[in-house]
Amino acid sequence: MTDKMKIIEVKQSVFADNDADAEKLRQQLKGEKTFLLNLMSAPGSGKTSVLVQTIDRLKDDIKIGVMEADLDSDVDARTIAERTGVKTIQLHTGGMCHLDADMTRQGVKELETGELDLAVLENVGNLVCPAEFDTGASMNVCILSVPEGHDKPLKYPLMFTVCDAMIINKIDVLDYFDFDLDKVREYAYKRNPDIKIFPVSAKNGEGMDEWCKWLKEQVCKWNS
Amino acid sequence: MHELGIIVHVAKTLKNVAQQNNVSKIGSVTLEIGEVSGVVESYLTDCWQYYRKKDSLIENSELKIEKLEAVTFCDDCEELYPTVRYGRQCPYCGGYNTWLAVGSECNIKEIEAC
Repeated sequence: MTDKMKIIEVKQSVFADNDADAEKLRQQLKGEKTFLLNLMSAPGSGKTSVLVQTIDRLKDDIKIGVMEADLDSDVDARTIAERTGVKTIQLHTGGMCHLDADMTRQGVKELETGELDLAVLENVGNLVCPAEFDTGASMNVCILSVPEGHDKPLKYPLMFTVCDAMIINKIDVLDYFDFDLDKVREYAYKRNPDIKIFPVSAKNGEGMDEWCKWLKEQVCKWNS
Repeated sequence: MHELGIIVHVAKTLKNVAQQNNVSKIGSVTLEIGEVSGVVESYLTDCWQYYRKKDSLIENSELKIEKLEAVTFCDDCEELYPTVRYGRQCPYCGGYNTWLAVGSECNIKEIEAC
């Protein structure tokens, strides 16, 4: 069999087809005037809590829907639906540690985003893989929580490079951890000079208004 | 698990490549993987062994991996240096105006097919 084989040069990034799918989805959403927010973080940083607080502050002004991505279970989707009342769907990645543009497109279809101003994709809890795959989102935001430590932008550089904003959650427990807010800013700006940083506490609401104001501005800009 | 996602995308790309080149059997696939791409070679190979069985186009195909050494360029002194050894700080001038020139790649270089 081998003697018939010929060499074909491909010279293509593995991510090229996903990047193309993602761009197509982004343009589709732009046309439908729906802002897609890709929310990423490590497990346990408070993605769902931040999301509940964010939706509560914005749902009277803009129409919001949520896609929850998990390897399994629908715990987060039920929490969001019960606590906020907005339309929520669950995406199962079937063991995969991230979402790609094709999976996101299927979620967008199921969520019927056409009527929404803001669709939030809560990505799988992971600081590595989701950063590699463009989902087609209008913007990427990551959450880093105080107990995780301020060195994370150094350890997971790609995540902090691809994000437009970083939320530092759980600032209510700053006194109990050796977490240096100045250092985390310095490390994040080193990776990404344009990144917006929002220290918040989803528990007591501190900083949430500032973050929500910024997000609403981005949604309005995208949809105008 | 990240590696499995990559393999799925490799298989998808190869399907298009095979169509365009009118081939139906792929004997080998060569990937170029950058040293700081975050891809673990042994996981990638394991995922390939698992996933290729699902697709007749690649079921007997061997995965070859070429590693690319990571190199960073310094904008201030215009020198290249090895990334893994020195990180973001230029060893020549101590500056941080540096960017990764080679090392984050995850490319399909070529295939053998008929």
